[in-house]
Amino acid sequence: MAKMTLEDLRKLRDERKKDLGRRDVEGKSVQIIVGMGTCGIAAGAKKTFDAILAAVEEFHLDKDVVIRQTGCMGLCYVEPTVEVAMPGMPATIYGKVDAAVAREIVQKHVVEKSLVENHIFDRPAADIIKR
Amino acid sequence: MAYKNFILVCGGTGCESSKADEIYKNLLAEAEAQGVKGEVQVVKTGCFGFCEKGPIVKVLPSESFYVEVKPSDAKEIISEQIVKGREVKRLLYKKEQQKDIVKLEDIEFYQKQFRIVLRNCGVINPENIEEYIARDGYAALEKVLFEMKPDDVIAELKTAGLRGRGGAGFPTWMKWDLTRKAAGDIKYVICNADEGDPGAYMDRSTIEGDPHSVLEAMTIAGYTIGSDKGFVYIRAEYPLAIERLKIAIAQSKAMGLLGDDILGSGFNFDIEIRLGAGAFVCGEETALMQSLEGKRGMPVPKPPFPAISGLWKKPTLINNVETYANVPVILTKGGSWFAKIGTEKSPGTKVFALTGKINNSGLVEVPMGTTLREIVFDIGGGIKDGKKFKGVQTGGPSGGIITEKDLDSPITYESLTALGSMMGSGGMIVMDEDDCVVDVSRFYMEFCVDESCGKCAPCRIGTNQMHSILTKISKSQGEMSDLDKLERIGKAMTKASLCLLGGSAANPTLSTLKHFRDEYLEHIQDRKCRAGKCKDLVVYSIDPEKCIGCGLCARRCPVNCITGEKKQAHVIDTSKCIKCGECFKVCKFNAVLKK
Ligand SMILES: Cc1cc2nc3c(=O)[nH]c(=O)nc-3n(C[C@H](O)[C@H](O)[C@H](O)COP(=O)(O)O)c2cc1C
Ligand code: FES
Repeated sequence: MAKMTLEDLRKLRDERKKDLGRRDVEGKSVQIIVGMGTCGIAAGAKKTFDAILAAVEEFHLDKDVVIRQTGCMGLCYVEPTVEVAMPGMPATIYGKVDAAVAREIVQKHVVEKSLVENHIFDRPAADIIKR
Repeated sequence: MAYKNFILVCGGTGCESSKADEIYKNLLAEAEAQGVKGEVQVVKTGCFGFCEKGPIVKVLPSESFYVEVKPSDAKEIISEQIVKGREVKRLLYKKEQQKDIVKLEDIEFYQKQFRIVLRNCGVINPENIEEYIARDGYAALEKVLFEMKPDDVIAELKTAGLRGRGGAGFPTWMKWDLTRKAAGDIKYVICNADEGDPGAYMDRSTIEGDPHSVLEAMTIAGYTIGSDKGFVYIRAEYPLAIERLKIAIAQSKAMGLLGDDILGSGFNFDIEIRLGAGAFVCGEETALMQSLEGKRGMPVPKPPFPAISGLWKKPTLINNVETYANVPVILTKGGSWFAKIGTEKSPGTKVFALTGKINNSGLVEVPMGTTLREIVFDIGGGIKDGKKFKGVQTGGPSGGIITEKDLDSPITYESLTALGSMMGSGGMIVMDEDDCVVDVSRFYMEFCVDESCGKCAPCRIGTNQMHSILTKISKSQGEMSDLDKLERIGKAMTKASLCLLGGSAANPTLSTLKHFRDEYLEHIQDRKCRAGKCKDLVVYSIDPEKCIGCGLCARRCPVNCITGEKKQAHVIDTSKCIKCGECFKVCKFNAVLKK
């Protein structure tokens, strides 16, 4: 990306805001977001990330799913944490997601559209940045 | 088949003990009975951080938040909400007339937490600048560079009332103003990301999760005080944070948000990373600047303050990571928006790293004025394993312990100081009945002995002396005169030390002496440690009445000092016992005694 002017920055922000609003990135409608702060990684977030990749492949979801990383959500006691956002399902945060649970999330939540019991947590605070 | 609704029943320890399980079962049964089993999925979730009003039930996608739900309410939730699509109004959480903590009308929220500093943590990809930009990132910089004069920025910070989050709570606008007015054409901006307080990781997480918020604020600071150079001083022990900072700086430079002629405004600003070796004293601002200059990290007397003569004797603005992370929000949303959050004298929020004997350990951000009870028992979900709460250490090795009786005081800079502790950077360690105050004080003093730079005598000698007295007490050799000595040395050190490392090193000891004097007396007079932490004061024995001779303890003992025939009472050879406590833990009959 080349250096931006004020105009460029504003344009980029508007475009990206629309992307966030649409909830689909690069034409993919399912977002799986893994918490990869030090706490998450220490608790095994990298293995979780790999397990999600493998499960996405296994269920042939490559075309629909984008996997992203983010920082610490604050739920350090249930790391690794994973958020799933997709049409038709409430945005959900899962905690204590090891490789097995990761696969279960892809299968149950993404494919079968039902929540995975016992691993759901609430986002700890409302978002002050309104889109 | 797809569900139309989801009912989340809190399965956290707080709610579980108040019948969450029964509610869950009733909901399932009612869904079946009313023929909507296929339309609604009932699941159990983790703690909602609202245990006080538990049991909690939340229905999605309508986001209905029900509190104090009873098992008998299940029928109505299903028949009203799932069958007829109407919320059960009577169970909905009604925002109480909040004290003066949160007065935000435009945001609907039930949570105790409120995230300004951590607004993007856990939301954006920290390695992608465009995601930061999409969430109003660099909008504050844009506004500052093209619409505001330096004085306007300072005025906005003054309206906001933001105070330093590095511990001392100095008004941020004043610091910026002093540095702006200081004479000199070369000035520096520093971000203090040393974070040496054991148990604290707020700054690390902020940088790992949202590095651009700090970079943006530093650039704004540069514009405001008239500086073109910033440094982030961060400890080498934070490799992931450093990596993300590097990526963020490179992306900002590539896009023209750092470097020469930012966004075509004519303003130049550059940021470099400087690594610290992880010394606690290097978090102190004057020592930090020494270290940044390549010298040994030792504090120098103030005044002159950094604002007048700081890095390489130039006027320098130094703020903490969290202080900076607030700045872009204040400038985009306005100082008066910010001033409405928190209390009058301590506006805004504070991030705490909640650790220790607590169910939901983690990073929490709450409006100032929230009580410790809310943090420990709602957000934190209470004490692990149903043990009894003993105290919370705030301010780490410089702070003190806050006990049960003060749990309801609102958290502000002033109130914590009045309680003999301090805000500190935000470490919050929860202790239960198994923690010994002598042991804890000794731990913090040991930390200060290790971390004292050795330059001034009160700190170098004082910490050592206090540490040896505390060790003596924990080793069953304490004398009554020791308590007086601890207090005298502590007070002298507090007064005479060069920097606040020594100046506050006595705090944990002095505060436990004040709140738990009886436990110190027990250690000295009765040679007893009720928490069983001071090994020299603990004796393990077996109650022959209760012991059934199962032999579990004997098999577990690492030094084989427990003997006895099968089905006969066993005995512990105290001369060989290393007091590891394993036998105490494994015994199913409470036959092992700890005295
Ligand atoms: C021993 C000692 C350690 C300190 N460690 C830190 C630290 O790790 N991070 C920090 O921001 N401030 C630390 N401080 C406070 C700094 O000296 C300084 O007050 C702070 O960086 C100012 O920033 P603020 O106004 O944004 O709070 C420490 C102070 C002392 C005496
Ligand atoms: S356990 Fe339910 S809200 Fe905390």
